[in-house]
Amino acid sequence: MRWTRAFIGLNFFYSIALLAALAPASIAVAQTANSAARFAVVLDAAHGGDDTGGRLASGQMEKAATLAFSVRLRSLLAARGMAVITTRESDTAVDPAIRAQIANRSKAEACLSLHATESGSGIHLFTSSLQPSQPARFLPWKTAQSAYVEHSIALAGALNSALLHDGFNVTLSRTALIAVDNMTCPAMAIEIAPLRGPDGKVTAEPDDSDYQARVATTLAAALLEWRLEPRQP
Amino acid sequence: MIPRHQKILFSVLLAAALIMTGVLWHLRQRAHQRLLAGEDSAPTKAPEVAPTEQATLLVANDADGSLLVQARSLPLPGDPNARARVLLGELLDLYAAPDAAHPVTGGASGVAQVFLLPVPSSKDSQNSGDELAVVNLTGNFAASHPSGLETETLTVLSICGTLRANLPHVTKVRFLVDGQQRPNLAGHADLTRTYLTADAVPTGGANP
Ligand SMILES: [Zn+2]
Repeated sequence: MRWTRAFIGLNFFYSIALLAALAPASIAVAQTANSAARFAVVLDAAHGGDDTGGRLASGQMEKAATLAFSVRLRSLLAARGMAVITTRESDTAVDPAIRAQIANRSKAEACLSLHATESGSGIHLFTSSLQPSQPARFLPWKTAQSAYVEHSIALAGALNSALLHDGFNVTLSRTALIAVDNMTCPAMAIEIAPLRGPDGKVTAEPDDSDYQARVATTLAAALLEWRLEPRQP
Repeated sequence: MIPRHQKILFSVLLAAALIMTGVLWHLRQRAHQRLLAGEDSAPTKAPEVAPTEQATLLVANDADGSLLVQARSLPLPGDPNARARVLLGELLDLYAAPDAAHPVTGGASGVAQVFLLPVPSSKDSQNSGDELAVVNLTGNFAASHPSGLETETLTVLSICGTLRANLPHVTKVRFLVDGQQRPNLAGHADLTRTYLTADAVPTGGANP
């Protein structure tokens, strides 16, 4: 009886591992066959529920600012004909592993984890600090993103250029990213920091709706261009 | 009517109780005085005459996400653990300064201890010469650290980079908060993983 249960448990574990491993293969297929028909973007509004994220100067919590930005960007992307998948639509706690699973199931061409902060200035772009690896049928969960790091860096480069072109102050770095490191799609984190003048004084907070609208418009245009760019599968 | 001998016995017992109270109070005061005197005369740490040395700090800047090299002359103790703690204390003091480019309150007291442990080489479990630094931050430092992907990442990287610049044998860094493992620093930077000091290189960081 105990053995049967253990056997079923083991089977379940292997099925999950197999599903995770097959995801990259199917993404490759989707990119070659379907990229013209369906271009999917995952928007992951970071934090939510008990995980409030940081507190912004306006008094609003980061979790609310990221959700507002996700909603704003979603409508702009949908208006440009992209399929948008979100990891949360309300103030709910979503486990990082669930966020990655949603992203991995969606076979998206871009997975964006959205943050907001009171520190620094402009837009902070981050890709995973994992070393690039060859796509394989079996990818370890903790470092699944490693097979996509090169795509992710290319995506970050495209968004960086667009943001710089539109006059934003941008920093582009690599770091260990919770949830993003488990994603099997070109993925990155976008952190909106306050807009600052030359004297360092804040001219727009990260939850300012006009500021968010400007950033979202630039990102939507950049993703539309990224969609049309020819890429290696 | 209470018998006379009982009255006498009661008076004697009452007197004894009062005297005992007085004696106990006196003893307590004496013990307290002794304790205070003992604290004063306890051997304090011998005043170390640490020679002033040239140290390199990797200082974070929130404005452009950069890690800039800054040379400082510091009295550095000989013991590597104490040395590492002094270096990181100096770095955190810079961050606690009023005009800091990477503001974090708390200063040097934010690092409780640093322990350097040998990293066994992977093939044979012999000492590779490389060291793992375990940086024990205080709960107050973590609680007062600003929340954000960039600011938290910069704190972690500047600590790793400063250790590497002065103690080249330190190849890996792990973080504890009040002696315990914590999921993240202030909501973002992953504190469950081992950081490689090679990843913390001084950068311009900013876009051209
Ligand atoms: Zn965040």
